[in-house]
Order: sequence, then C-alpha cells, then structure tokens
Amino acid sequence: MKTRMRPAIALIAASALLGGCSMLPTFKPIEPWVKPYERERLADPIMKLSRDSLPEKHFEHVRDVREAARGATGVQGGGCGCN
Amino acid sequence: MYTTLPSSFQRPLRCIAAIALAFAASSAAPAIAPTSAAPDFTLRTMGGPNMRLQEQRGRVVMVNFWATWCGPCRQEMPQLDRLYQKYKSSGFVLLGVNVDDDAMKAADVAAKLGVSFPVLLDTDKAVSKLYDLSTMPSTVIIDRDGKVRYVHRGYLNGYEENYEKQIRELLK
Amino acid sequence: MAATRRSNARLRAGGVARLRGLRAARRRAALLRRLAGLIGGVLAASGARAVDLPEDHAEALYHLYNGGGVTAQGPALLVRKSIADKVSLTGTYYVDAVSNASIDVVTTASPYRETRQEFALSGDYVYRDSQITVAASTSHEPDYVANNGSIDVTQEVFGGMTNVSLGFSRGSDRVTKKGSPEFQDHATHWQYRLGATQILTPRWLMSANFEALSDDGFLGSPYRVARVFGAAVPERNPRTRTGRAVKLRLIGDLGNRDAMHLEYRYFRDTWAIKAHTAELGYSRYLGQAWLADAYARYYTQSHALFYSDNAISETTYVSRNRQLSTFNDGSLGAKLSYTVRKIPGRYEVKLNGAYEYTRFKFKDFTDVRTGSLYGYSSSVVQLYVSAIY
Repeated sequence: MKTRMRPAIALIAASALLGGCSMLPTFKPIEPWVKPYERERLADPIMKLSRDSLPEKHFEHVRDVREAARGATGVQGGGCGCN
Repeated sequence: MYTTLPSSFQRPLRCIAAIALAFAASSAAPAIAPTSAAPDFTLRTMGGPNMRLQEQRGRVVMVNFWATWCGPCRQEMPQLDRLYQKYKSSGFVLLGVNVDDDAMKAADVAAKLGVSFPVLLDTDKAVSKLYDLSTMPSTVIIDRDGKVRYVHRGYLNGYEENYEKQIRELLK
Repeated sequence: MAATRRSNARLRAGGVARLRGLRAARRRAALLRRLAGLIGGVLAASGARAVDLPEDHAEALYHLYNGGGVTAQGPALLVRKSIADKVSLTGTYYVDAVSNASIDVVTTASPYRETRQEFALSGDYVYRDSQITVAASTSHEPDYVANNGSIDVTQEVFGGMTNVSLGFSRGSDRVTKKGSPEFQDHATHWQYRLGATQILTPRWLMSANFEALSDDGFLGSPYRVARVFGAAVPERNPRTRTGRAVKLRLIGDLGNRDAMHLEYRYFRDTWAIKAHTAELGYSRYLGQAWLADAYARYYTQSHALFYSDNAISETTYVSRNRQLSTFNDGSLGAKLSYTVRKIPGRYEVKLNGAYEYTRFKFKDFTDVRTGSLYGYSSSVVQLYVSAIY
C-alpha cells in the first residue's frame, strides 16, 4: 500500500462509515438509527444528564470537600480552600 | 516558485480537514429532494376529519413537521400562522403534521400557541418515515402540481423570510 | 539573477522525470481535493441542523449542610439569559457561611465562623452543530482566594445521536493564613476534559466522561496538623498532584413517565488514592405537577501514600487529613419538585426541595478523644425555586 494513498483510504473509510457516500455502493453505511421524530422521550427533562445547575454545583462542592476523588462529573467549578 | 504549502503537506492536511468535515457534518442524503413528486398521505386532523395531500392539488402546500417537545418547532409556529393568514386566500395551504405520541398533548399545545392552520396527527410516524425526516422541524414546500420544490431542515430566526419569498414565487 | 538561472537550469536538466512526477502528484492532490469536497458536500447538504441555545432560566437556592460538627449554609442565585438568539449569558452568585467545629478544628484549635463568596460568569455561543462555553469564576474567603477560567466545546455528530465535548480549565489560588501575615503561598490547577454522549435507543442514552486533573503548589491546609509518634507536627504535602477520573452514565426511560439512571466513576491519582463512586437513581412524574427523584450513592477510597493516623516513621510527606484516609460513605437522597405554573414554550415555575443523608465510616482515621475509628453522618438540605422564561 503506497504511503500516498493511505490518507485517501482513511478519508473514504471515514466518510463511508458515517454514511451517504455515493462513490462506494458496495459499502453499507451506518445510519443514525434513532430518527429525530423518535426523540420524544429523550427530550423529556427527566432524561437530561444534568437538570438544575445550582443544586448540582452545591452537591459537587460538598463532595469535593469531604472526598478525595474529583472530576468527570460534568460540573465545572472553581476551587476554594475548604478541606 | 511555491506560493502555497508544498503538496506533501497539503494532501494530508486536506485529508484531515475532509475527515473532520465528515465527522462534523450529518450523514445520509435525503430521499425527498426538490423536483420529485411529493408522496401522498392521508392523516386525521385535530378537528376530526381526515385530510389528504393529493386533494390540495392546485394550491401551494407547505407541510411543516413539528412536535411539542421541540423548541424551534414551537418558536416557528407563530411565524407559520402569520404566513397562513396572509396567503390562504391566494391559494396557499399550510399543513402542520405533528409527530407526538400523545395526540391530546399536541392539541393542547396547538391551542395554546393559537394556530389557525390544520394540524394533522402522525402518531405512528408513518408519514415522517415516508418523508425521511432528518431534522425537527422540517418544512417541505410543494407547488401547485404536487412537486416538492423546497425542503427546509431545522429552524433559525429569519427562516420565515425565506419561506415567504418561496411561497410568493410559487403562488405566481 | 545568476542563481535563478542556475536553479532553472538544474531543474530543467535533472528534473524532466521529476516534473512529470510533480504533475502527477498535483493531479492526485486535485482529485483528492475534489473527492473530499464532494463527500463533504454530500454529507453537509443534509442539514442546517442547529444545536439549541440553552433555555433562559433562573434559580434561587437556599442550601444547608450539617454534619461532623460543620454547618455550612447560604443562598445562591443563578440567572441565564440569551442575547440576540446567538449568545447565552449566565451569572451566578454563591455564598457559604461556614461554622466549623469539626473534629480537626475541635481537637487542635477552637471553632470558628467564616463566609465564602463566589461569583461566576459564563457565556455560551452556538454555531450550527457546535456549542462553545467560556466561563470564569472567583471565590473569596478571608484566607483563600481562588480564580478559575474554563472553556468547553461540544459538537453534535452522527445525525445528532452523538455529542462529543472537550474542555479545559485553569485555576489559580492564593493561600494565606489567619494570624500569620508572613505566610503566603499559591496553588495552580489544570483540568482537561473529554466526553461523549451517545443515544442508544429512543429510550436509552449513555455518556462517558474522562478528566485529567493536575495541581501544583500549596495543596494542604496551613492549619492542619499531622501526628508523628503521637506528637502533633504541621502536615507536609507534596507540591504536585495529578489525577485521572473516568465516569460512565446510563439513563433510560422506563415507559411509565419515569426514568432511571446508573453511574460509576473511577478515580486514581499520583498520591496513590484510588476511589470508586457508584450511584443508582429513579425519577417519576406524579400527576401533572409533581416530580419525585430518589437515589442511592456509595463511595469508597483508599488512603494516600503519605497518609497516616499516627505515623511511626519519619517521611518526607506526612498528613492526617481525613479526606485522604481510607473510608467509605453511603448516601440516600430524595428530591421533590412542584410545578406551580407551566405554559410550554413560554414559562415555567417550579418549587423544589432536596434532602440527602450520608454516613461516613473511616477505616484508618481515629477520633483522638476516644481512640476508636471515626464516623459521622451528615445531612444536606436544598430548597429552591427554578423558573424557565
């Protein structure tokens, strides 16, 4: 495989994967399987990953002060000297 | 000699840019494209009786797919109502196809928003599938011969000006 | 002049074959350009898909924490408003009035009162499928000032089924000590975040978040003491700390106007702390106006390398900070929301109350007053009004 062709192959593979590539009819593209008109349940507030930011910020602050583990919570915040 | 980056740099850079674009863009070309015949459908209206698309032949039809849970859809409704009031006497009809699971909720929100155009209920999503919706809301403008002329996906402030221009053009 | 003539000659002489090769390469480049453009065009043509600007809303909260001899309470306020449908600005004000009579304070000093104030401002900008959030905050205590800035980018891909996000924060703190004006130090923090949310089915979605945290500078407390051979010595913490956290979440709609969520987080850092967090929650609509949530959370961690309840050797670093000890805690929480008025798309006002009970159990931290392993329970109460307008 020539080095020059590698970027082209990667590009074609990537776009075929994402679907809609009319240049390669033999590839079956992966299409989004949940259509926009099927997202009613997902639009409900109880399906939100984060609902009210202030109360969550408060809980994260309380846990940050008492526990050593931090991060990956989705709540961005500053620090304080509480420990 | 070289006024641009050497080609050895340009190719991988363009490939990376194209892959990034492929990731950023959405997938799947739409099945409903301009100048194709609009697929016929019959749906129950909020008021009770059925309504068929083919019966609207001779008029300019705008089919707007909306849902109560979709923010831009609700934003768009008053604008669509204004267009309907303005052009309905000139041979324009607006069909609001709702895709909620709960028809009662659709009727409730439509009443609260004060829409005067017919609201059709597509609870089993058959028409949505037929029109291969890729975004909510979606608006399809069909000319007097039943051909799809314009397809709008999504709604942003200012889109209604475009709609008006296209309706006027087709009403001539 | 001569140089150009020479180089032209060289090109002509040695390079006919090279020139052909160059032309072929340029043709390939042009073809690839056209290919990329075509594919990109086909893919991009399907949508002026727009990510929505976050809704305008406001929250007013009263929070209370009571446990282990510490009481912290105060109001907090948040207002979010969109400007010209392009940018959404959020302002937050947060107050913590702390009355500290915790086991550390009581056994080494006397109880004290202190107020912390925090201001934050952030802006969200949406362009097609992306959202950029820039935020800045500052927190003030009599002996600690913390400033933080962050930037986050979220991108919707794959037909809106996947959301990818990248974030970066940097914090800069200034540490002083009450009663010792000669003490002054600083701490710097960096955080790098990477996350993805994926819609699995019309009813289930999952998310994975990864964060790398790095701290530099004074990372302890100038008031806390450690115990070495039974005697109290000021604690000595390393001046760097790097940690990584990964969190997986699953949320699903159960079909009866209710939903459940399950999360797990693993944390590990260069102080040898390993922590696991697991949470299971359930939410349900009751009638037209009520929403109830309940959850259970469990946390466990192992102690920092240099942590010791009573050190029996001299080490470079030593700490008796119970936050770095081996312990676990279990919490049960519940929340109730009442929708006072709701007009879909116009405004909505909700009254909310939340309560969380936590029980801490330490494995290698003792209560010096009794000599037995320490444990305590705490309560968190939140009462707030939230409005979408």
